Amino acid sequence: MSSGAEPMNGYFSARDLAMHFGGIRAVEGVSFDVRQGEVFSIIGPNGAGKTTIFNMISRIYTPSAGSLHFAGQDITSIAPHRIAGLGIARTFQNIELFANASLLQNLLIGRHCHSTVPILSQLVFLPSVRRAEVAHRRRAEEVIEFLGLQRYRDQLIANLPYGVRKVVELARALCTEPKLLLLDEPSSGLNVEETEEMAFWIDDIKKDLGITIIMVEHDMKLVTAVSDRVMALNQGSILAMGTSAEVQSDPEVIRAYIGGEVAPATGAAPGDVR
Amino acid sequence: MSQLKTDYAQDLVLARKPSSLAWYGLLLAILLLIPHTLSEFYVGEMSFVFIYAIAGVGLMLLTGYTGLVSLGHAAFLGIGAYANAILLAKGVPFALSLPAAGLIAAFAGVVIGIPTLRMSGLYLAIATLAFGSIVGLVAEKWDSLTGGFDGFPVPHPSVLGLVITAPTGVYYLALGVLVLVVLVAMNILRSPLGRAMVAIRDSEISAQSMGINLALYKTVAFAISAGITGLAGALFALYVRHLAPDSFGVLLSIQLVTIVFIGGLGSLQGAIFGAIFVAQLPQVIAIVRDDLPFGIGRMPGLEPSLFGLILVLVIMFEPAGIHGRWLKLKRWCREFPLHRRAAFRRQKTYAKTDRLR
Repeated sequence: MSSGAEPMNGYFSARDLAMHFGGIRAVEGVSFDVRQGEVFSIIGPNGAGKTTIFNMISRIYTPSAGSLHFAGQDITSIAPHRIAGLGIARTFQNIELFANASLLQNLLIGRHCHSTVPILSQLVFLPSVRRAEVAHRRRAEEVIEFLGLQRYRDQLIANLPYGVRKVVELARALCTEPKLLLLDEPSSGLNVEETEEMAFWIDDIKKDLGITIIMVEHDMKLVTAVSDRVMALNQGSILAMGTSAEVQSDPEVIRAYIGGEVAPATGAAPGDVR
Repeated sequence: MSQLKTDYAQDLVLARKPSSLAWYGLLLAILLLIPHTLSEFYVGEMSFVFIYAIAGVGLMLLTGYTGLVSLGHAAFLGIGAYANAILLAKGVPFALSLPAAGLIAAFAGVVIGIPTLRMSGLYLAIATLAFGSIVGLVAEKWDSLTGGFDGFPVPHPSVLGLVITAPTGVYYLALGVLVLVVLVAMNILRSPLGRAMVAIRDSEISAQSMGINLALYKTVAFAISAGITGLAGALFALYVRHLAPDSFGVLLSIQLVTIVFIGGLGSLQGAIFGAIFVAQLPQVIAIVRDDLPFGIGRMPGLEPSLFGLILVLVIMFEPAGIHGRWLKLKRWCREFPLHRRAAFRRQKTYAKTDRLR
């Protein structure tokens, strides 16, 4: 069933996506394509529908209308727990780590979608389970090394500072070996230095690991630094799409953020005031 | 303090330090010798603690690790007890009736698990409470099978040709099953299954995003928990020798919940500590009953109200339970002259989101 006039030419495609909560139209008629290997940022004022789009992609919400395609597959109505297995991982705006487990345990939960040992063999911990566990730890260790989390390895998440937890969430997402990574406000709650570090991680993930990234972000400096393309949303619809500079100088975008006519911004202009 | 790991396999051992392995070995040796040294009364009391500990481990996996509260676990204990007794009466050998009792209880766990998948917290607690009442009613009314209020005499089982009559037999059986159950629980906790359970407890939404099938794993947790509790029930039948439907009521369910809360949520040792406490509290009450002032000792309902009071106090002042206290005590001893008071104070966390619930 074709759900739009345009062909699905992106690595990831959303077509005429809509999400209604009762009478509220959180997202309406949003279509976009993400190319393989790019960083695609979604910006917009609070309540624009950014996180709602993320929740539809990770299937926490079922879209009211429209379709989602990833790597040639229709994922609009797939079970939410199968999304990770398809290669889509995400982080959360407010950090949804497993707080009473160690960092390593959290990363190992990220390996869950690659776990194939039957449950009965886990009860008696057969050698096959042991081999799989060692292999998972090896992979988790690679991610720990990649993001420089060695010294926190055995600490409980509840004891880690906020900035580190943000990186742990990134690490957990990487442990699923994603092809597409959804980052929901990776810089929220981080200080300037930590945000700069986050920009480096995102760039590394894109260049070294070749992972496609869709990011929701308020910090325009971070968006400008890492994004290939930017989509601006307001009240559930697309305002503008293009490079970071193009979107930031779009008069509609400026009006949505500040309200009224303002000279086009150059650097880090329309940041969200918190 | 913590030794460095040089091998991934070190992360998978059951006992972190060789010394703790030695301590557990010593404990087991002492427990094996107890029936030869102590009187029958103590052997019986210890068996009772073991049985509660088995059920405690079962409920701990569900409540402490998966975060699903059940107020109906007495029903699984009852199902295990009746299943074992009825199978024994029908001539099934004990070697089969014991695992069968566990499996039947596990199946009941699936039956209650599936309709309650979308519930959590208070709603789940109420649904399981209702399930417990239903099972109690069925045991009462289906008297052709259970004997109803007349009760059901439990036949003496025979293990390897030996007929178990003395409390010593039940003691060794319960100890063996407890050790086995603890080992299985430890295996679960170091496997993907255990991690999935903890993930569901801490954040369902991200557990799901990590590829954990919530419905499947909650059902599995229910089944395993109910199965283990059913094994405890099967041994309980041998222990009490005569089953009556009212022994598996709400009070027993609350006792089981008290085991995991007082012991300390999210700790297997906690389940054992809690079982010792809950199984022995009635004995302590019986001993001090006559010495209490103002006739408190003769008040009806003293025991349940004490259970309730203790549960409330533990939740208010030591949410980590006896196990949490124990960890703090160990730490205090280790750091003794240099300990900092703040390290032992209760911590609160505020960084929890309800956004997607």
